[in-house]
Amino acid sequence: MKMYLKFLSRCFRLSFVGDARYYAWMFGLTIVVLVGINAYCKQFVQGLATTGMTDQVSWGFYIANFTFLVGMAAAAVMLVIPVYIYRNRELHDLVIFGELFAIAAIVMAMLFVTVDLGRPDRGMHLLMRFNFPSSMLTWDVLVLNGYLFLNLHICGYLIYCAYRKQRPSALFYVPFVFIAIAWAISIHTVTAFLYSGLGGRPFWNSAIIAPRFLASAFAAGPAFLILTLSVLKACTSYQVPEKALMTLRSIVTIALAISMFLLISEAFTEFYTQSAHGASAHYLYLGLHGRTALVPWIWSAIALNTVALAILFTGWSRKPVVLHTACIMLIVGIWIEKGMGLIVPAFVPTPLGEIVEYVPTLNELFVTLGIWAFGLLVYTILVRVTVPVLAGRLTHDQRFRQTLEAEYAA
Amino acid sequence: MKDVRIWDGPSAATDEAQTASNPTRRSFLRIGAAAVGGMAALAAALSPLRELDPEDLPDVEEFLQKHYKEMTAVEMEAALARIRANVADRFGVEPTIRDPKPLDGVEFVYALNLSRCIGCRKCVHACVAENNQSRSPEIQYIRVIEMPRGTLDVEKGDHHYDRPQVPDTAHFYMPVQCHQCANPPCVKVCPVEATWQEPDGITVIDYDWCIGCRYCEAACPYWARRFNFAQPSLPADELNPDMSYLSNRPRERGVMEKCHFCLHRTREGRMPACLEACPTGARKFGNVLDSKSEVSEILKTKRVFVLKEEVGTLPRFFYYFDERYPNTIDPEALVIAEQLREEEGDAFGAMDVGAAGRLVIARASGMSTEETCA
Repeated sequence: MKMYLKFLSRCFRLSFVGDARYYAWMFGLTIVVLVGINAYCKQFVQGLATTGMTDQVSWGFYIANFTFLVGMAAAAVMLVIPVYIYRNRELHDLVIFGELFAIAAIVMAMLFVTVDLGRPDRGMHLLMRFNFPSSMLTWDVLVLNGYLFLNLHICGYLIYCAYRKQRPSALFYVPFVFIAIAWAISIHTVTAFLYSGLGGRPFWNSAIIAPRFLASAFAAGPAFLILTLSVLKACTSYQVPEKALMTLRSIVTIALAISMFLLISEAFTEFYTQSAHGASAHYLYLGLHGRTALVPWIWSAIALNTVALAILFTGWSRKPVVLHTACIMLIVGIWIEKGMGLIVPAFVPTPLGEIVEYVPTLNELFVTLGIWAFGLLVYTILVRVTVPVLAGRLTHDQRFRQTLEAEYAA
Repeated sequence: MKDVRIWDGPSAATDEAQTASNPTRRSFLRIGAAAVGGMAALAAALSPLRELDPEDLPDVEEFLQKHYKEMTAVEMEAALARIRANVADRFGVEPTIRDPKPLDGVEFVYALNLSRCIGCRKCVHACVAENNQSRSPEIQYIRVIEMPRGTLDVEKGDHHYDRPQVPDTAHFYMPVQCHQCANPPCVKVCPVEATWQEPDGITVIDYDWCIGCRYCEAACPYWARRFNFAQPSLPADELNPDMSYLSNRPRERGVMEKCHFCLHRTREGRMPACLEACPTGARKFGNVLDSKSEVSEILKTKRVFVLKEEVGTLPRFFYYFDERYPNTIDPEALVIAEQLREEEGDAFGAMDVGAAGRLVIARASGMSTEETCA
């Protein structure tokens, strides 16, 4: 126990050590977090009227980002499956970075739900009258917390073992890895069911929502990991095998292709049928009665994803710069598609046929940016501590000074 | 790259001989400065909280209050006393707040004769006056849609019709409010059971339990729910002091509300405010379990329909057209509309009436209440 506390305190101290780039990055993120806190305090005082949401469009930017991040968290599993099911050795050491990102993504997702609540002070009502299994939101609370703890356990155990220079005992983490694989799929499925179970919203009331969620998440998540690993490769002594990046590249390519296919299937059904149920899709892609707020967004998303997919299909994307560009394009594309493109149109037109458009306010954007910055802060610290531990530069039998020396040498 | 450090690494000692003598002191100062700067920045970020009105915060009793269904009679009395004191404090009026229970053998349904609705929106404003909704921003439970004849597709309707003369004979008018579904999707999705269906068919909300996630609002196929995005504002002289726990007591910021068939009236034998305000008698309300009630008669003899039957919500709100006037408005209703237009001028049929106009309507509906009671 004492040793564990010492480990935690050393990790805490280590998170303040780095070069100028590290400090600049962390300082910048901290500023954005503070701006976000400031914006949230305003919202807390004045109510959700500080957002662009209305009775007509009652969910907006917060829930859009929540949905996207649940997908990002679930995508960590796309590193785990090749390693533990297909015994792909290249990715083995990288799994932990995927799981650390899952932790940060879940934290962000939970923060987004919290800031969306009208009465966060009544959060404990969830513990007192939990409408399970009727409400899909209660399922989401369970699976998200469960996934957070699974990943905290797996990462925490492996890192602590490395710190103590012990071989991790398979019994203590391999079963959890397999549970986490199924669990990762469940978090995004449950989040999709949250929407697809509502008969009053035809745009969501579609069986394809859950598969679409998974496919787009399995493209955006590993794409983000490619970017992270490339940063690690450039900024630290950590060895990232080229083959690992190429495996991730194939995963991203296939997932994005499936995601685009599902999008086309959905669009075909909505537009060919021409039933009244297609009004929201019409609003999203073409505009409705001259209201076109989402049209430029969705077409940029489609353009970004199409170009990214075309690049990924060619051998050109083996070049790091090209690969990174494609990854950024598809992350932005999927963020739009799953955020503004999935949440908002379901509310336009309203069930009574009224058309009210939604534009997030500046305050809402600040809160959103603050949460993103906080999540990146958490992820940076987790990675920053994990790298030296796994490299054997921070162990229980060393003095902390030795670690620091090793850090500066590295 | 030269290192910038908050925590002193050992190599700092070799950089500057001077600090080598006292590295701990230097790092202490740096950490101290960083911590003080950080705290100051955090304090600045939190500064909007200073504007928080202490009255808006829940007091201890409210914070610890149990879910409606878990409260004993004594605890409910305490809760009602707390609300009474709170209202008296905020509005300077002592309300008669109570918690009327559903009656045995009663299931309420609503029926609306679309041939008699003249689109005057008196029901909308009577509801606002009765149920203590926020006036700014104004929350309305009833939405009247102006529909072209020949369709029931609400997307073809106009919510914001603003004509010098209602009704327009090329249209019919369809008021929509909570349908008190027998299979309510809003109840199913609430994560904390803050909304539920009572034995008399009314879906209610415990305003002290709602966490404001708005999942119910997304689930409702009739757009019947309203959320308090801002602190509701209600002038003291417009407060209706006749109130109950589950219906029209003043709400707070961040919670959901909706039509509750005026249960503080209807459970005590009176009619809903929207029905009493209707000048043409288009609205019919009653107990469907009583085979002799007017609504039972309507359900048996008229060709009633419900909105969006395909979503399986089983509404307790029925619409019908008078068989005698399938394509026109009932001439009797047109005569009433003509009289009202002469009496009320511009305010007649308006969507948002100003404060003065609202008082007129509130007084008018108050008068009709007395008449009905007598």
